Amino acid sequence: MYAYVLEERKDSIRVVSDGAPIRCGADSVSGAVSQRACVYSGARVVLNPITDAFHIVHGPIGCAAYTWDIRGSLSSGSELYRNSFSTDLQEKDVVFGGAEKLAAAVDEVMREYAPALIFIYCTCIVGVIGDDVEAVCRNAERKYGNRVVAVKSPGFSGNKAVGYRLAGEALMQLLTPYGHLPKGDGVNILGDYNLAGEMWIIKQYMREIGLPVVSTFTGDSSYASLIRAPSARLNIVQCAGSMVHLAQRMEKEFGIPWIKASFFGVEDTGAAVRRAADLAGTAETRRRAAEFTRRESERTERLLEPCRARLAGKKAAVFVGGGFKAVSLVRQFRELGMETVLVGTQNGRPEEYEVLGRLAAPGTVILDDANPAELERFLREKGADILVGGVKERPLAYKLGIAFCDHNHERKHALAGYEGAKNFAEEVNLSVNSPVWRHVRAGQGH
Amino acid sequence: MLDLTPKTVSERSALRINPCKTCQPVGALYAALGVHRCMPHSHGSQGCVSYHRTFLTRHFKEPAVATSSSFTEGASVFGGGPNLRAAVKNIFDIYDPDIIAVHTTCLSETIGDDLNACIQDISVPDGKIVVHANTPSYVGSHVTGYANMLSGFIRCLADPRAAKNDRTAVFPGFVNPGDIRELKRILSLTGLPSIMFPDQSGVMDAPMTNTYVMYPQGGTPLDDIRALGGCARVLALGGFACAEPADVLDKKCKVPCAVLPMPVGVGATDAFVTAAAEGAGRAVPEELEDERGRLLDLMLDANPYFYNKSVAVYGDPDTVAGLVAFILELGMRPRYVVTGTPGEAFTRRITALLQEYDTGNCTVKAAADLFELHQWIKNEPVDLLLGTSYGKQIAKAEDIPLVRAGFPVLDRYGHSYLPIVGYQGGIRLAKMIADALMDRQDRDCADEDLEVVM
Repeated sequence: MYAYVLEERKDSIRVVSDGAPIRCGADSVSGAVSQRACVYSGARVVLNPITDAFHIVHGPIGCAAYTWDIRGSLSSGSELYRNSFSTDLQEKDVVFGGAEKLAAAVDEVMREYAPALIFIYCTCIVGVIGDDVEAVCRNAERKYGNRVVAVKSPGFSGNKAVGYRLAGEALMQLLTPYGHLPKGDGVNILGDYNLAGEMWIIKQYMREIGLPVVSTFTGDSSYASLIRAPSARLNIVQCAGSMVHLAQRMEKEFGIPWIKASFFGVEDTGAAVRRAADLAGTAETRRRAAEFTRRESERTERLLEPCRARLAGKKAAVFVGGGFKAVSLVRQFRELGMETVLVGTQNGRPEEYEVLGRLAAPGTVILDDANPAELERFLREKGADILVGGVKERPLAYKLGIAFCDHNHERKHALAGYEGAKNFAEEVNLSVNSPVWRHVRAGQGH
Repeated sequence: MLDLTPKTVSERSALRINPCKTCQPVGALYAALGVHRCMPHSHGSQGCVSYHRTFLTRHFKEPAVATSSSFTEGASVFGGGPNLRAAVKNIFDIYDPDIIAVHTTCLSETIGDDLNACIQDISVPDGKIVVHANTPSYVGSHVTGYANMLSGFIRCLADPRAAKNDRTAVFPGFVNPGDIRELKRILSLTGLPSIMFPDQSGVMDAPMTNTYVMYPQGGTPLDDIRALGGCARVLALGGFACAEPADVLDKKCKVPCAVLPMPVGVGATDAFVTAAAEGAGRAVPEELEDERGRLLDLMLDANPYFYNKSVAVYGDPDTVAGLVAFILELGMRPRYVVTGTPGEAFTRRITALLQEYDTGNCTVKAAADLFELHQWIKNEPVDLLLGTSYGKQIAKAEDIPLVRAGFPVLDRYGHSYLPIVGYQGGIRLAKMIADALMDRQDRDCADEDLEVVM
């Protein structure tokens, strides 16, 4: 198909209308400049927003340093999670074992802060050197009566999605003792990390229609708020990639049904709010949801008009972590009168790629686990005007003279809900129509 | 709001909080990006290289390309040799670099992969090269990894039989591309023919051209690394990052070495300029004398605003030593000086600097963390923080102005283009420090004390 693509990667690239299923979820090819992260990274990003937990990285310093205050998840309470804790393993620990140091680190935390919850993340070498971390956790729980949960997440044991599952299992360990709580009228929101306050926007919508929110996973959550979760009657899952596993486990263990819901874009936000009302609310809730979404979508439509006029006909490219977000973004660009010419994800699932295949226009390129060389070729070939991605894609887009919008950890404004739809349109407009591009284009041929 | 730090300092032996360092591989990766048409390769799990690329991109606001052996469960049990073999083939096939620079990670070190043997077994295409370095994450810091990667290049490439040349090898240390540009400008003014190794200028500050090239114009050419073996001398700027590779070169190729401090401030820049001029056999050019004079002029003009202000300096050892030397010249008072990188050489070096000036009590510590620094500041505050972006939580919690210098700076733009080295870098630093202190004075003073002329 394309000469500059590694043979092993050809099945991970599709053009809409070629009909073949995409290969995804496989390990990255050795030697590829993959944009992918690891198991630890997946587990950490899911659990990190639990604001009053001590997140202790058991391993050498790097994994703790790179995940120090990374996500822009906001808190209405504790700021503990924004510090970096680790055992900073040294050579002698690697030789003689690090379990003792870990136990001492837990003691030091307990002596000073006595938190209700500690996560211990085991990175690559912990299993290799044979530390019995679970024993350390058990002993600590006995000694202090709090929760000390091991997240065994060596980077090599799979990809980021494996880390999401491990995070889900760690959360289940917290929730299981509270599985007997009687069901109330509320819902849980799963898979939103309160980046730039997005969880607060979703909670506000639930308040508007009269649906109480029990727990949030994990944006702006605390140990005390999480353990109430089994009393909810519905789980609303926003970032499906990271939270489907937990939702399935909660359905099985606590009998809580779940729905996927995207709060990105006017269309999807409206559908998500109404669906939540349908499944968890009363006739009154449904009435309020219908009215609220109609009012908000009309109001937002008016706000989008000025941007739409300046963006119509532009071409968009999307490269994000999960497939569900990619689907929303394709719709959102359509709302702005823009066509998506390239869609890729780091960890999309087969069913999400299927939806993308149906949604995207013929000729759209679909990529799984792309590397910069592939992104570059297709961005150029398809004439994209803007790329939506994360930190590693930003300078690549700019170098190519293509506008950029961060839809990942470094987003500058809330992108969820109606407010987010307006912010997104403004960011896309600001980047696509920046005056800098005039000079860039004028400079060519000098 | 961001303040969980208790004022009472309690003994910690196991828990690291808010580190002032990161791991070796990211330093190795940055060093390798300073070689022309080189692909850095991380022999470990997928996540390592993803974190390193993100970290470098956040500091330099540039793409940072590198590959990974993408270890799986199998590789971590049976060894990563086959992964490395597949990786090398794939990298040359698809990305076509001239050289691959392999560094290890905590995982490949712990399972005991023998890189040397692995690479011997790999068939490398004609004219292409694979070099390697051991960079275990549980030893030293990113600065150690930078040094180890330079040593790796020298061990594999520097040619002891290279024709003797009159060039001087300059090892710039773990600095920004803007610093390297400034060093090269100074060298060219002094007329000293030189080889800058490594050289990230033109790579990690590549201009916007509407095209993406995986290997930008910059980077030390391979032939220059080979020619290091025939150089007249080495100037190693910063003992912590450069002394070891300079020593490796001396042992292998008998190239004499002078280890100088990172040229930050007047004295350290004088030492560098003098060494360069002597190497060239010429007097220091007038242009540099003038720059020196302008720096001194600025230091005198703004002296009242610097004098006796207390400062906490933190970051990488060579950078911190440079900054401490300069603020002493400015008449400021270092109160806390810390690095996360372990090694008592740091405390010795800083203590020696402090002894030249009698500025009173100063706490100096290597292998320290920023939580500890914060606790000290709570007990006795300072007028200024000087270091990386990771001090901003302390700055906010204690309401202390912060001047950003060193690595990493993740929350500002433009820093990687501009130097802190040389007289020009001194002028920039002095201005940043004076601006921060004077802005603070304007903000805090009573209305009647606000002055237009300062």
